Amino acid sequence: MKVFCNGEAQEIAPGSRAIDCLNKLGLDASSVVVECDGKILTREEYGSHALQDGSVLELIRFVGGG
Amino acid sequence: MALLVNEKEFPFHAGMTLADLARAQGGDVDILLVNGYPATLQTVLSDGDQCWLWKRGKAPSAEEMQHLLYARHTPGVQVRLQERMVGIMGLGGLGSLVAIALTRMGIGSLLLADYDVVEPTNLNRQQYFVDQIGQKKTAALRDILQRVNPHVAVTMIDRRLAEDDIGVLFKDVHALVECFDDPAMKAAGLRAALHHLPGVFYVCASGLAGYGENNAIQTRRLYPRIYLVGDEVSAAAPGEGLMAARVGIAAHHQANQVVRLLLGAENEAS
Repeated sequence: MKVFCNGEAQEIAPGSRAIDCLNKLGLDASSVVVECDGKILTREEYGSHALQDGSVLELIRFVGGG
Repeated sequence: MALLVNEKEFPFHAGMTLADLARAQGGDVDILLVNGYPATLQTVLSDGDQCWLWKRGKAPSAEEMQHLLYARHTPGVQVRLQERMVGIMGLGGLGSLVAIALTRMGIGSLLLADYDVVEPTNLNRQQYFVDQIGQKKTAALRDILQRVNPHVAVTMIDRRLAEDDIGVLFKDVHALVECFDDPAMKAAGLRAALHHLPGVFYVCASGLAGYGENNAIQTRRLYPRIYLVGDEVSAAAPGEGLMAARVGIAAHHQANQVVRLLLGAENEAS
């Protein structure tokens, strides 16, 4: 199925969770904030929130330094 | 019809110059400001002008000191900022500088959180001094801020923050500035702000290491009331350190964004 991450289409396996999408993109889940179809996911939901065909994800990625 | 001269009302009449005010003050003045900007004795005044006349080097009273600190501000700004409270999470290169900038601008109170102590390796970019090595950053920064502006009220949270704490500890601030070093805490802070701090302005940071281009550091609106500062790419990593100037650019983006938001910038934009 197809989802959209920051506007770009990604092909992922049916039944994928948010965390699967992050892994596919090579992102460290601990440093990313995930909005899925308008909802900000809690940290616990990264591994449980099921993506739908056509889901729209906004990923806000943080890098270290402060 | 009146002027405000050294924060006190003074009768205005058409054609008045700063020289007239200087004579009324006894003549011995050499620092002259009108509406926050340097002026000369020949400057012709308008009704309602805010004027400062001062003798260089003269020690002010406590009340005069408070007014003088802000004599070069855009008029009216400081009165609005002194009623506001800002939280800062992390008092490293970003947080220590954000706190100093906000203090100089006359923020009323600061809620400062950090668990660490000042180390020699901090001093290349953080606002602490050699004689503060070993002190808690919260206490060391409070001491610096009091020397800059004794009127800022500082409250300290001297512990390591967790995601679940943030919505509780910072629920009463008007704006919260995320200055963590750890990217996992940066993400945690943003989630906490989105989920638990609905009325709070939030300014976070990502991507400020090294000595890359100045103008790659940007302020981007993520959501209503929530902004991200940085180039979003330059991570602190082996081979790319954190350096005072670029960290300072980002910190001052954050501080200015906080002030803009507290003064109503978001309402004007939308």
